[in-house]
Amino acid sequence: MSEPDLKVRIGPLELKNPVLTASGTFGYGQEFSELIDLNELGGIVVKGLSLKPRAGNPPPRIVETPCGMLNAIGLANIGLENFLKEKLPRLQRLNTAVIVNIYGHSIDEYGAVAAGLKGVEGISAIEVNISCPNVDKGGMTFGTDPDISAQVTEKVLENTDKPVIVKLSPNVTDITVIAKAVEKAGAHAVSLINTLTGMAIDIETRVPKLANISGGLSGPAIRPVAVYMVCQVARSVKIPVIGVGGIMDYRNALEFLMAGASAVQVGTANFVDPRVSIKVIEGLRKFCKDQGITKIEEITGSLKVE
Amino acid sequence: MIEQNTQIIFNKKIAPGTFLMGLRSAEIVIQARPGQFVMIRVGPNTDPLLRRPFSICGTRGDDLFLILYKVVGKGTAIMSNAVKGEKLSVVGPLGRGFELPEPGRKSIFVSGGIGVAPLVFLAQAVKSNLLFIAGYRSANEIVPMEQVGLNLTDISIATDDGTAGHPGFVTELLASHLTESAEGHLKIFTCGPLPMLKRVAALTIERDIPCQVSLEATMACGLGACQGCAVRASKDGNKTYYHVCQDGPVFDVHTIDWESL
Ligand SMILES: Cc1cc2nc3c(=O)[nH]c(=O)nc-3n(C[C@H](O)[C@H](O)[C@H](O)COP(=O)(O)OP(=O)(O)OC[C@H]3O[C@@H](n4cnc5c(N)ncnc54)[C@H](O)[C@@H]3O)c2cc1C
Ligand SMILES: Cc1cc2nc3c(=O)[nH]c(=O)nc-3n(C[C@H](O)[C@H](O)[C@H](O)COP(=O)(O)O)c2cc1C
Ligand code: FES
Repeated sequence: MSEPDLKVRIGPLELKNPVLTASGTFGYGQEFSELIDLNELGGIVVKGLSLKPRAGNPPPRIVETPCGMLNAIGLANIGLENFLKEKLPRLQRLNTAVIVNIYGHSIDEYGAVAAGLKGVEGISAIEVNISCPNVDKGGMTFGTDPDISAQVTEKVLENTDKPVIVKLSPNVTDITVIAKAVEKAGAHAVSLINTLTGMAIDIETRVPKLANISGGLSGPAIRPVAVYMVCQVARSVKIPVIGVGGIMDYRNALEFLMAGASAVQVGTANFVDPRVSIKVIEGLRKFCKDQGITKIEEITGSLKVE
Repeated sequence: MIEQNTQIIFNKKIAPGTFLMGLRSAEIVIQARPGQFVMIRVGPNTDPLLRRPFSICGTRGDDLFLILYKVVGKGTAIMSNAVKGEKLSVVGPLGRGFELPEPGRKSIFVSGGIGVAPLVFLAQAVKSNLLFIAGYRSANEIVPMEQVGLNLTDISIATDDGTAGHPGFVTELLASHLTESAEGHLKIFTCGPLPMLKRVAALTIERDIPCQVSLEATMACGLGACQGCAVRASKDGNKTYYHVCQDGPVFDVHTIDWESL
């Protein structure tokens, strides 16, 4: 049998295969360049970028939990200007999709970061992280309010020439409401899930294990939640869905595709096995071959329910 | 830096709760510098999920590197049960190691507990003109230096409970060597528990003696990608945080904000 076609379309964006690395878990790609061939990836989503550099939270910033980890990095990053100067040139030389994850603390800041990336070559798409606190609204997370999520989406769309993926927060009552709101606002795709808010306590000292008190849970522990949310969202919007959360191998990736995702992102697993995303791609290719699937796109949403 | 499934050549208990593991990798042996570390995946399961960081404790021949570790939790307990012939996935060597002392300068190595590990490797590179001061809680924790491949003439031991060597803290022994006549010619290298490191930092900063410290932090990636291993930088620099896995684990004593630790 001939090689299966692994290409997928995320709205206007075409990926050579459906496997991306998730924001914040893969740095700027270069950190892994000695260990894997970055060009084999479907794409790289870089660390969340803000207008100005951010130092991040005090340590401890991470703690392991059963089959997962909590992180409170505090969106530490080098800021737009340094990103363009120091990190982008290497990314531009790659033959894979480069997606820049952006965030802000006000709607205007989202617009400003998007504007700073406008017209810049070598950036395939913008992923908008709406799981962060809105200083104009007393620190409430943007992504928990459908109207504000829509406003952020519109602001980014006004300021960019690139496809816009909105990354949804799972810390909401009904994720489909937010998904529909950003779809209506014009988002080209949604990705989900970001981390689930959690906490761990040292019982000897009675002190939270993270200096920030709470953090975001990721890793295999959150996978069933993520698969379910992807399934719900895929059934309520028409734009493509990117599945994220606890993927450790190609079987896990297939769950997301079957639930309705057009592509997936691998996050925490990169820490456990820096080569995992390549293994997921190989596993998907073999699965397609074994099952006689010619185009991987056929798997998306192929879930069978009575 | 590589990721490799390395074979366990031996994994033996050398003191209660303390193990020496030999792993086969010619690639890591060639690249390894004293002070660098590796990230070990203790098994194929997802609990514990993350890799564990361990200093490289030395190399033997051209394809064996050593890990000296203490069983403190889930991951190290699993490692202690691993047997010869099994394979462990290792990423490394990682991080910035020690800068070797200039010729003519006397080195004092100060370790606390399992903190001897990176200093053993460094001692093999420095060889002469060095005093090794090793502190332990108690005599039964002492790591026999011959067993880790080190034959030192100048070694002092301190134990907190006085069961061997100097009764008391290793930093008291260090202080006794920091005499005025010696100060201009010394360089200190240290690794161990935080309270000890803070004391060594205070002693050396106060006397303006060059000192390199190997720090620990909780790590997820070990590669500089997750920013999880932050440690606060001293106010003189232009950075707020360093990342222990990439900017360290070995730091010049002056670059760290000791009060934040
Ligand atoms: C750069 C670096 C080099 C290291 N080199 C060595 C070495 O050569 N030999 C060695 O034995 N250990 C070393 N460590 C510490 C080692 O990584 C931890 O002891 C190990 O990760 C514990 O794993 P665990 O699953 O057994 O413990 P866990 O179940 O994760 O934790 C059990 C308990 O161990 C303690 N602990 C966990 N992680 C650390 C840590 N990083 N530092 C101190 N205490 C910890 C905590 O009190 C925790 O409650 C190093 C750490 C770093 C960052
Ligand atoms: C250490 C760490 C840092 C992260 N940083 C970001 C970030 O900057 N922006 C973002 O949108 N998501 C961030 N995430 C969330 C991941 O991209 C991903 O959505 C989440 O971890 C779930 O996937 P996983 O279980 O495969 O890790 C981060 C996750 C981790 C573990
Ligand atoms: S452990 Fe990930 S950046 Fe240091």
